[in-house]
Amino acid sequence: MAMHGMRGLSIFISDIRNCQNKEQERLRVDKELGNIRNRFKKEKGLTPYDKKKYVWKMLYIYMLGYDVDFGHMEAVSLISAPKYPEKQVGYIVTSCLLNENHDFLRLAINTVCNDIIGQNETFQCLALTLVGNIGGREFAESLAPDVQKLLLSSSCRPLVRKKAALCLLRLFRKNPDVVNVDGWADRMTQLLDERDLGVLTSSMSLLVALVSNNHEAYWTCLPKCVKILERLARNQDVPQEYTYYGIPSPWLQVKTMRALQYFPTIEDPNTRRTLFEVLQWILMGTDVVKNVNKNNASHAVLFEALALVMHLDAEKEMMSQCVALLGKFIAVREPNIRYLGLENMTRMLIVADVQESIKRHQAQIITSLKDPDISICRRALDLLYGMCDITNAKDIVEELLQYLNSADFTMHEELSLKAAILAEKFAPDLSWYVDVILQLIEKAGDFISDDIWFHVVQFVTNNDDLQPYAAAKAKEYLDKPAVDEKMVKVCAYILGEYSHLLARRPGCSPKEIFSIIHEKLPSVSTTTIPLLLSAYAKILMHTQPPDQVLQNQIWTIFTKYESCIDAEIQQRAVEYFALSRKGAAVMDILAEMPKFPERQSSLIKKAEDAEADTAEQSALKLRAQQQPSNALVVTDQHPSNGEPLPVFVGQLSVVKAPNMNNTEDHSSTEQVLSQENGNLSQVDQQPPSADPLSDLLGPLAIEGPPGATVQYENSAVSGLESGPDVVDGSAIVPVEVGTNTIQPIGNIAVRFHALCLKDSGVLYEDPYIQIGIKAEWRAHQGRLVLFLGNKNTSPLVSVQALILPPAHLKMELSLVPDTIPPRAQVQCPLEVVNLRPSRDVAVLDFSYKFGTHMVNIKLRLPAVLNKFLQPLPVSAEEFFPQWRSLSGPPLKLQEVVRGVRPMALPEMANLLHSYRIAISPGLDPNPNNLVASTTFYSENTRAIVCLVRIETDPADRTQLRMTLASGDPTLTFELKEFIKEQLVSIPTVAQAPTPAPPAAPPTPQIPPNDPAALLTDLL
Amino acid sequence: MIHFVLLISRQGKVRLTKWYSPYSQKERTKVIRELGGVILNRGPKLCNFVDWRGFKVVYKRYASLYFCMCIDQDDNELEVLEIIHHYVEILDRYFGSVCELDLIFNFHKAYYILDELLLAGELQESSKKTVARLIAAQDSLVETAKEQASSISNIIAQATK
Repeated sequence: MAMHGMRGLSIFISDIRNCQNKEQERLRVDKELGNIRNRFKKEKGLTPYDKKKYVWKMLYIYMLGYDVDFGHMEAVSLISAPKYPEKQVGYIVTSCLLNENHDFLRLAINTVCNDIIGQNETFQCLALTLVGNIGGREFAESLAPDVQKLLLSSSCRPLVRKKAALCLLRLFRKNPDVVNVDGWADRMTQLLDERDLGVLTSSMSLLVALVSNNHEAYWTCLPKCVKILERLARNQDVPQEYTYYGIPSPWLQVKTMRALQYFPTIEDPNTRRTLFEVLQWILMGTDVVKNVNKNNASHAVLFEALALVMHLDAEKEMMSQCVALLGKFIAVREPNIRYLGLENMTRMLIVADVQESIKRHQAQIITSLKDPDISICRRALDLLYGMCDITNAKDIVEELLQYLNSADFTMHEELSLKAAILAEKFAPDLSWYVDVILQLIEKAGDFISDDIWFHVVQFVTNNDDLQPYAAAKAKEYLDKPAVDEKMVKVCAYILGEYSHLLARRPGCSPKEIFSIIHEKLPSVSTTTIPLLLSAYAKILMHTQPPDQVLQNQIWTIFTKYESCIDAEIQQRAVEYFALSRKGAAVMDILAEMPKFPERQSSLIKKAEDAEADTAEQSALKLRAQQQPSNALVVTDQHPSNGEPLPVFVGQLSVVKAPNMNNTEDHSSTEQVLSQENGNLSQVDQQPPSADPLSDLLGPLAIEGPPGATVQYENSAVSGLESGPDVVDGSAIVPVEVGTNTIQPIGNIAVRFHALCLKDSGVLYEDPYIQIGIKAEWRAHQGRLVLFLGNKNTSPLVSVQALILPPAHLKMELSLVPDTIPPRAQVQCPLEVVNLRPSRDVAVLDFSYKFGTHMVNIKLRLPAVLNKFLQPLPVSAEEFFPQWRSLSGPPLKLQEVVRGVRPMALPEMANLLHSYRIAISPGLDPNPNNLVASTTFYSENTRAIVCLVRIETDPADRTQLRMTLASGDPTLTFELKEFIKEQLVSIPTVAQAPTPAPPAAPPTPQIPPNDPAALLTDLL
Repeated sequence: MIHFVLLISRQGKVRLTKWYSPYSQKERTKVIRELGGVILNRGPKLCNFVDWRGFKVVYKRYASLYFCMCIDQDDNELEVLEIIHHYVEILDRYFGSVCELDLIFNFHKAYYILDELLLAGELQESSKKTVARLIAAQDSLVETAKEQASSISNIIAQATK
């Protein structure tokens, strides 16, 4: 396929390819750019053909990596050319050269608009493609209605409509309001009846985005999605051209299942049953086949089905089927399937109670940890980290330590941090913990952040029993010849404090200890010297009676550093010298560090009883105290994949990996380049060989397995030398447009309500900042992490976050930094303790400054009553005795609620379930009634069982009778009010900053005169 | 969603880039440099996925060319891997046993075809036949326009003789 007529372009490309080296290439490019610039300047006499040719050349040069800072205007102007060939080029090149933030794009809006509303179908396609690929907010505002019209039009052909669907998706991403049109959900539902699978695929992508934002509006799409999935999975009525290696559009299947995952539950029992049958069919019916592509496609569907099953919280049987499948996958050799098996097992850990069955695969997972493929190692590490608990911590941490010896350099950081966290979280005893951390420092000192060793020091300081052991260990490590500087720090500190406890052991006299430490002094940096000086002073003080020789030695050192240029060292030297001359009188000043304050010691106590969660919490709190700000600046996002505990992951990035080879070196490229540009006539049509030429001309191996290319892998020379591990500060995230008025993106109330039901998501977003939340709840405690993400290229300053907790919550927010660097995300852990039952809501008072705008927002935090509930299904034998024993107010309250949002019984059951109240089906013989139970946790009440009974009236769905019982009168009342609020109000419309009072008129409580009588209809 | 598509040769030469998320020029260069380093250095027989800055890059090597697509962390990796293959099959059908040289000299065609396959970072059309038909229609539109132009200019040329 030659370029018809564009000889100039072909010649230019050939010229470039014939350049012997980078320098020649640059010269040729510069010459061409000069030429183009000149031609563009004398606009006259430039035919559309010329313009087209130059614009293509510009794109080619741009692709080669050169800056093309002119000519954008010409590319954009081609868009308004009357003829298709020029217009097409204008559209394509513009959408490649520019991004949505480019000013030149504004020039095109009018033409694009006219093309979209015009009659020419091909022009419509071009315009929709441009907007779909690079359209920004401005496009969203001016074009959305027209694009919608095209999508819904019955006269438009599928080629236009599918583009319109995806174009609308882009506009929706830029401005979610574009679908805030009356009846849009209905139209979306109709779109799912589409016969053309191209249009349906695009519409499904649109639906995925819409439901991910607001699933409630699109309930009616749910049964249709299930129907589509059923039709595809069973291959009914799917045109041949839409099957891929015999599989009915795997992409559409995946997308449909993705859309279904955004609906919290499926109420309609028939739909649910159909869906489960289809999922079962997919899970059972996917076999491993020889053809790679068929295999990939069918497994793409299978993995999505697994995700959907996990989401739907299927019956135990189906879940264990999933675990079994994943167990099979993590044992296969095929790397992609193994990778995905590990990844999905980690996801499964988060959603389902499968810890025990996953533990059976531990050995297999450890094999993958040692895989040569770093992508697979990462997944295995994530999984091990997620599945670790008190029973297997020792094994797993020791595996991680051992693996540290052989692991890829780029893994060290993540690996050592995870090992440190696990050791801390699950340490069976403290000496083991000290061992692990010291080993970590020895093996990966560069990657250990300071707070990890600070923490060891705190542990040792607060545990008298541990001190001699730690001191002995410290001496052992320091005795070794080459010691990491961090190791010198921690050992010198421990020896300074506690070496006197070893004084009777051989080789541990003050003199000997001193010389072991002092040996390291010449090799350490100025930040470590002050620590060594302190250690000397302490050793000297502990040497009683004084040892003259040692004293003189140390004094000489102090004197030497008295004139040190470093102020810290100088000051210490002067002070220690003066103090130590005063002899025993200053014992107190240099005495052992006191135990860390009360707050810590209580935590240590918790750590000692090795209770997993409390130990983990202690780690958090300790960090909060040690650091001036516990907020972690995360600029490098790569390690945070599918993390159960984001706060720790953030920590990962604090430790900066040394920058690897980041310089550009083109010499090797040039060498290959010149070969590649060898004589074209010697074309060798053989299958891939070591000759780069045949690479170029060889077919792109549609049939050729990747293995066929293995042989010349060794000769492959990368033109891009930066290693896979270049860790650079700035994260690359899509650029956002800044606007002048600060409008929140998305509905704050909707976001809050969504977060009341789930544990992670976005709490608030505007053009400058995004505040995300990830929460973990255990009994009466909660750990939230606020993710403050600066979306801009300039810093956000005067950042302030204040928690206004209600009386029943104890909340502690770690310090929030005053400034959030450009494009950075800061994580601020927030500890929550629930003291007693209450429906009050905590508020985050957040403010920041961007440019001249001062922004202040008050956001409700989703630390609501239901977060402290744990669903507890009960049997009849458990339920009735308790129900009877809790008789009458205030422990048992009953109320007739009116003005209930009409909903079917299963929907109500789902609603309760989503608030963590478990339905016990079958307990109540009346099918119109619901019996449910849950456990409530707070510090004052501890765990309390709450029983709920709701009697509905099938004739009038707007009223019901609710009876609540628990052992705590406040809890009974608060929970009753809480459930009532959920039943009467529609959560999405609540706008008040604090929970709105129930909309239902207060109804007199009907005290159950005779609880036994009430129970009769239960029994 | 797919944030960008990259075609890089074994020597690190860029053959095609398409950005569906807004990256500035500087960021684009940096992405290419970094990812080239990561992907070209990966040995054979490893999996086709790479973690990268909180995103995932799905890549596949065809002879001397690496096709890379960057997606979100929780997107379906295998689905994207087959989008890549789907694209390669369409290119193959269009060029007739496609090779890197085809894509070098006809890079604009590779862009046209990609635009029929992906839009807004999502798959637009999964039927190879449909894509082939649309591209053929575009080609013929261009041809027709050219013939018209040449015939008109002929007429003018003759008229002015």
